[in-house]
Amino acid sequence: MGLDPSIVKELIRITDEERVLLSLDERYTYAFDASFGTYLPDVVVFPQSATEIAEIMKLANREQIPVTPRGGGTSLSGGPLPVAGGIVLAMTRMNKLLRIDRDNLIAFVEPGITTAELQREAEKAGLFYPPDPSSSNVSTIGGNLAENSGGPHGLKYGVTKHYVIGLEVVTPQGEIIRTGGMTVKNVTGYDLTSLIVGSEGTLGIITKAVLRLIPKPPARKALMAIFDEIVDSGRAISGILKNGILPAKLEMMDQASIRAVENYQPSGLPLDAAAILLLEVDGHPAAVDEEIRKAAQICRQYAAREVRLAADEAERAELWKARKLVSPAISQVKPTKISEDATVPRSKIPEMLERLRQIREKYQLHLVVFGHAGDGNLHPNIIADSRDRDEMKRVEEAVAEIFKAAVELGGTLSGEHGIGTMKPAFMEMELGSAGLDMMRRIKQAWDPNNILNPFKIFPQPGQTRVVLTE
Amino acid sequence: MNEWQKLLPHDETFKCVKCGYCLPVCPTYKVLEKESASPRGRIALVKAAAEGKIDVLQHLAGPIDLCLGCRVCEVACPAEVKYGVILEGAKQAIHGAKQEKKAETPLFRWLEKLIFQWLFPYPGRLKALSGILWFYQKTGFARLVEVLGFSRFLPYHLGEFAAALPAAPFPLSFFGRKERLAPRKGKKARVAFFTGCIMDSLFFETNRKSIELLAAVGCETILPKGQTCCGALHAHAGKISQAKKLAKRNIEAFERSGADWVVTNAGGCGAMLAEYHHLLSDEPEWAKRAQAFAAKCRDLSTLLEECGPLPFKKKISCRITYQDSCHLRNVQNVISAPRKLLHSLPGAEVVELCGAGECCGSAGIYNLIQYETSMKVLDRKMEAVRETDAEILVTSNPGCLLQMRLGIRRAGLENRMKAVHLADLLHEACTGE
Repeated sequence: MGLDPSIVKELIRITDEERVLLSLDERYTYAFDASFGTYLPDVVVFPQSATEIAEIMKLANREQIPVTPRGGGTSLSGGPLPVAGGIVLAMTRMNKLLRIDRDNLIAFVEPGITTAELQREAEKAGLFYPPDPSSSNVSTIGGNLAENSGGPHGLKYGVTKHYVIGLEVVTPQGEIIRTGGMTVKNVTGYDLTSLIVGSEGTLGIITKAVLRLIPKPPARKALMAIFDEIVDSGRAISGILKNGILPAKLEMMDQASIRAVENYQPSGLPLDAAAILLLEVDGHPAAVDEEIRKAAQICRQYAAREVRLAADEAERAELWKARKLVSPAISQVKPTKISEDATVPRSKIPEMLERLRQIREKYQLHLVVFGHAGDGNLHPNIIADSRDRDEMKRVEEAVAEIFKAAVELGGTLSGEHGIGTMKPAFMEMELGSAGLDMMRRIKQAWDPNNILNPFKIFPQPGQTRVVLTE
Repeated sequence: MNEWQKLLPHDETFKCVKCGYCLPVCPTYKVLEKESASPRGRIALVKAAAEGKIDVLQHLAGPIDLCLGCRVCEVACPAEVKYGVILEGAKQAIHGAKQEKKAETPLFRWLEKLIFQWLFPYPGRLKALSGILWFYQKTGFARLVEVLGFSRFLPYHLGEFAAALPAAPFPLSFFGRKERLAPRKGKKARVAFFTGCIMDSLFFETNRKSIELLAAVGCETILPKGQTCCGALHAHAGKISQAKKLAKRNIEAFERSGADWVVTNAGGCGAMLAEYHHLLSDEPEWAKRAQAFAAKCRDLSTLLEECGPLPFKKKISCRITYQDSCHLRNVQNVISAPRKLLHSLPGAEVVELCGAGECCGSAGIYNLIQYETSMKVLDRKMEAVRETDAEILVTSNPGCLLQMRLGIRRAGLENRMKAVHLADLLHEACTGE
């Protein structure tokens, strides 16, 4: 426990005294993220440049000190947890927007800039950065890149990986490399950009990113469709997509989430409805009018009992408010939220919903489903109390079954939150041992001393289940 | 587990889901850029201290003392964590531990006692102090001190603050105030006016004008005898038992008045009064009375807006901007009423201040005790104020008003801009005074 004083001295020499935090209180506030577990780092360092980070990595590699990069600390999978102690590299002060290049529709950013800040700056230039994790006000682009974050826009616009064309990365051995470039098309050599994106901070530390922007869609419209049968809502989703409409967002709320919202803040949602779909289309005003009309018609065809169309921006915001209230509403029930993001092919949504219902009954848990139904990224959320050990054990088992169901239906463990410390035990189930081994070999090639964000993604010997109790 | 640890609201900390939504709104996180200066970080530290993993004095006190208590994080929180409860509990534990360990210097303890026990509970003593200030300002003594540069030897940067003080009221004006003012037109409500401490000494004139404004919109206004300091300073310093004593005295005084509403013109005091039911929730014989009292508390602006329109006579042909009082906005949820009143001023051009809902760094006596952080927050605020190009900067709380006056001096805007209380500006438009 504790770093050698000479190493602390070295870290201060590389940065400065004010950017090296050593006291217990400061370290305690970097010991957690939005997932589970508390792991105390030995030191927190705020780097300001790639050169500083390169020096820190050389030092860490020489002395075999674990290093964990951290952005906004909003991860739901444990990405920024310093499981092995060591150095937390807090990237939040490297937060400059370097440039927006309107001719080439690209933005150059430092990793600590928040997603929302980039979105605002893009908008000022008449452009649009679509990835929209719900934590965008807090989460950093560096964190988004490391976790390959998604969001409601994933359905139409894709996720973070679709908007990055170049990176500057510090390797675990302290080299500064550049991947990709400034062009959308680029097939020179292996696509290391894609390898780094979603690597959860285990292969390198992103110090600069070149991001693709698109023109801002001029119009948008939204509707809410209410269903008596959850299966109908699932079919309606397929129906809409089959008929050539690609909504910007397509979200669902199940009965448990509807009731939680109405209980918390009456919003005029029908308590007896089995599910609600919220749908938004964007694009050219004429196309938007046509598409929203058609989407409403399709919802009715699939037995929606009511379709509410937002007449203007105010009504549009009002419709989305119900969705935004789900999180605060369910947190009133019990304090601990286990937010899962297992994802299935769209056509399997009705089946997945049925499996989730069975799991809820089997384990007698508060399990609500709301999420990005349009891309199969359902968010089964279990509401529990971390002080109730018995309940948490049931949660652990239920979560394992959710993963199993998703993989069996041809889906994946994680659509957008990442593996981190939460899901390594299930990696082999999805990837097979040879597939997982290829990933391990990549990690070994990049980080032979295993100092960069250890204990993430890959299961430790004997790690077979998710552990939520401390 | 020691006695102080038990005071920490451990259960409430479990409600935090650590999503971090509070970080981008927290004024101290913005200027200090580290987790321990954020609500999420502070909650984690309170939890750790309650579990005995860190020490209340050695590790918790620093980050908690750096919190402004503006409570803007409560508005941003999707899990509805009662940060105010966590903060107050932490302050109480820290206060207790400090007393036990005698961790503070004798000068600090003496000053605390002077302020909290001998000064604020006694409106008369504050008025006397205001009279001394008047003498100091009027006799040229202040000028002498400034010229000789004595002020820099004062502790807590008091010299800088003294220079930013407004002109103290003429001491004789304190005498002969009526305890009841009849409505100037058809009676709409009977209201009891909460006079406060600083408001009723240094800002005595603002109180007078507030009462006249109430009368102008048809409120019969009474000034209940026996009322005292709201106790906010005490509660925010962890002196809960003193705060409770003051609360009980106020509840008794206002119950006797039989008024429909209890009106305040200081956002901070108003928030404290409106939360008496939290403060006294563990005292069964008081809980219900506190609940009834709290339900009657209103900010001046909401009553003026509801009972108005005000009888404006004079044009205010200025560019005006408004800085929210945190506790008015985040605790009392009064956001639109002051703005609507400003927009109703004849001739005025009202511009919204970017980040008006963000704390100015005043926060009770935070600006004295945490001077450096407070000034960082203030200087950031003044950049936004400068952008508005306003000539009048309006606030609704004495602490904010003093801080804004200081901010204007620091930003070198004295010749272009003045800071006033909302009631002063409204009164000017009604009377031409």
